[in-house]
Amino acid sequence: MAKIKGAIVVDSERCKGCELCVSTCLQQVIGMSEPVNSKGYHYAYMANPEACTGCTNCAIICPDGVISVYRTKIED
Amino acid sequence: MEKEFKLMKGNEAIAEAAIRAGADAFYGYPITPQTEVMEYLMEVDAESRTGMVVLQAESEVSAINMVYGAAATGHRVLTSSSSPGISLMSEGISYLAGAELPCLLINVSRGGPGLGTIQPSQADYFQTVKGGGHGDYKLLTLAPSSVQEMADFIAEGFDLAFKYRNPVMILSDGALGQMMEKIVLPEQRPRLAEYPDWATNGTPEGKERRFVTSLNLLPQQHEMVNIRLQEKYRAMEAEEVRYEMIDCEDAEYIIVAFGIIARIAQKSIELARAKGHKIGLFRPITLYPFPTKEITALAEENRVKGLMSVELNAGQMIEDIRLAVEGRKPVGFFGRLGGMVPSPEEIENALYKEFNL
Amino acid sequence: MEAKDIIKPENLVYQKSRLMSDATFNFCPGCGHGVVVRTIAEVIEEMGIEHDVVGISPVGCSVFLYDFYKFDVVEAAHGRACAVATGIKRVIPEKYVFTYQGDGDLAAIGTAETMHACNRGENIVIVFINNGIYGMTGGQMAPTTLEGMKTTTCPRGRDVKTMGYPLNITPLLAQLDGVHYVTRHSVHTPANVRKLKKALRQAFENQRDKKGTSIVEVVSNCNSGWGLSPKAANDWMVENMFKKYPLGDMKVDGKIVMDMNLPR
Repeated sequence: MAKIKGAIVVDSERCKGCELCVSTCLQQVIGMSEPVNSKGYHYAYMANPEACTGCTNCAIICPDGVISVYRTKIED
Repeated sequence: MEKEFKLMKGNEAIAEAAIRAGADAFYGYPITPQTEVMEYLMEVDAESRTGMVVLQAESEVSAINMVYGAAATGHRVLTSSSSPGISLMSEGISYLAGAELPCLLINVSRGGPGLGTIQPSQADYFQTVKGGGHGDYKLLTLAPSSVQEMADFIAEGFDLAFKYRNPVMILSDGALGQMMEKIVLPEQRPRLAEYPDWATNGTPEGKERRFVTSLNLLPQQHEMVNIRLQEKYRAMEAEEVRYEMIDCEDAEYIIVAFGIIARIAQKSIELARAKGHKIGLFRPITLYPFPTKEITALAEENRVKGLMSVELNAGQMIEDIRLAVEGRKPVGFFGRLGGMVPSPEEIENALYKEFNL
Repeated sequence: MEAKDIIKPENLVYQKSRLMSDATFNFCPGCGHGVVVRTIAEVIEEMGIEHDVVGISPVGCSVFLYDFYKFDVVEAAHGRACAVATGIKRVIPEKYVFTYQGDGDLAAIGTAETMHACNRGENIVIVFINNGIYGMTGGQMAPTTLEGMKTTTCPRGRDVKTMGYPLNITPLLAQLDGVHYVTRHSVHTPANVRKLKKALRQAFENQRDKKGTSIVEVVSNCNSGWGLSPKAANDWMVENMFKKYPLGDMKVDGKIVMDMNLPR
């Protein structure tokens, strides 16, 4: 059976740490970093990358457009 | 080409000249005594003649911001109004100057303050040349004194506006707007076929996108913008001063007057000369830039014993004259207020009284 | 399979529009403005009209639009966006013109300009952000501020007896003959953002087809002004703002489709 696998790239320097992506992600992929970026924000990152389906919801809801989404199909 | 003559009101001359200057758009709001401008444009169907857009806005505030929009696209756009309407437009005029957008503004001014009168006045001199709106900006200001000049200054005003990327004001008055004179109509010139590089009319493929703004959050940047604006104004002062001198060569006393009152004062100096008084007339045509150097030069002449500003207000241009004269000679004043216009004899007698002639 | 094996150009399914510049938004963290600004860019990119569009950003949090877009933008005085849009559209009618206005701009200082542009049926797109507050100046009362809602100029809550009622302006605009399309959206969930995108597309297509004025209102948050976290602000918005400003189409194809009994 084919499986959809996704991944996100966060422009961590431009992330403002609003966490809207965290609550939007149904797969609970995204967490907030311990360290802060140069503006002092904790930034979003893939805390649980295995679960990402590349649904793009996080990127669509991101007010600052800092998330890019990648997706591929894997054959078992 | 044969000259076209026509008997026209000043307001009609503005409108006809706007079509012939290749204007792209007129946005305005009715106000006495300039309402004929838009009426004429609609009556002769300017759009069918050149494709020029003519639109009645819901207010002067809206009209000036429509002008701002069309000016941002690099089109030739004008509006006309009268004193209270110009007050309403002042915010927009400041934005136009701040964003460095070319456009033509016409004030067929009337008596103030407040609702005032609909009769001619020059009480908007300060508003026009000293700001009006907020910030350090200048309007290149042309002051016609005949219906012919009302027509001629339209194309010239557009060209100056584009040359400097700055709003140009034609400061006339209710008398010039309403009176009829025979004029030579300017020739029809085409509308613009190409627009300036800065114009925000849709970024062409392969070009940098453009934007128009008067905003700078950083004071360091905004000071630079202001310095650049001031340099532009200095260039106007160096290159665009216009004036007329009548009988000044041997004059001992000089009347300084602009616009309609200069026409009347011309008669006054004729009357005075017939009685043996050597009187001249200096007429600033550009109110900004003001002919400061020329007036200083006159004041430095030994034969010149005094100057007198004659205005349809309580004494506004006289401040610029005094700055030019710098105490070299006495500067008198005569004015009528609130829409009243003096006769040539009144001005003549005021001059005799001022200088004990 | 690891993330690095997935993150390859051929697997890219979403990134911000190429019409967005690299400038960081001036908006506060979690602000709905950013989503709307991005979504407009996506629609313009997908329609392939970026060489034929002029955006208008009047005073308010919208004022820096020209920093964010890679197409032509004109900054306008507070409230005058619709007049500026009119001035532009009339001389370049073949181009797309849109305004991006907040509630103070559209429904307070610019009410006359908005109303009359709509009444003339100016063939433009009006994007209206309604977050019930003045964000840029630090959270003052807006015409759309809800009854009892606290702002810095109604610190004890909006008292409608002295401060007037929340102005629900888009249903009023919908009743003007020049207006072709009025719809109200939000950007607090991905599904809502997708709906907004469709609506924006519809609005720009209306302009292409010379249908008259299209108005897309977005009920949004102002978490700084409201004094809430981004997530809590969105929840508050759903619970309170949507009651006064329910989502949905108000006018489609020139016909009023909303239930006139809804709170207005």
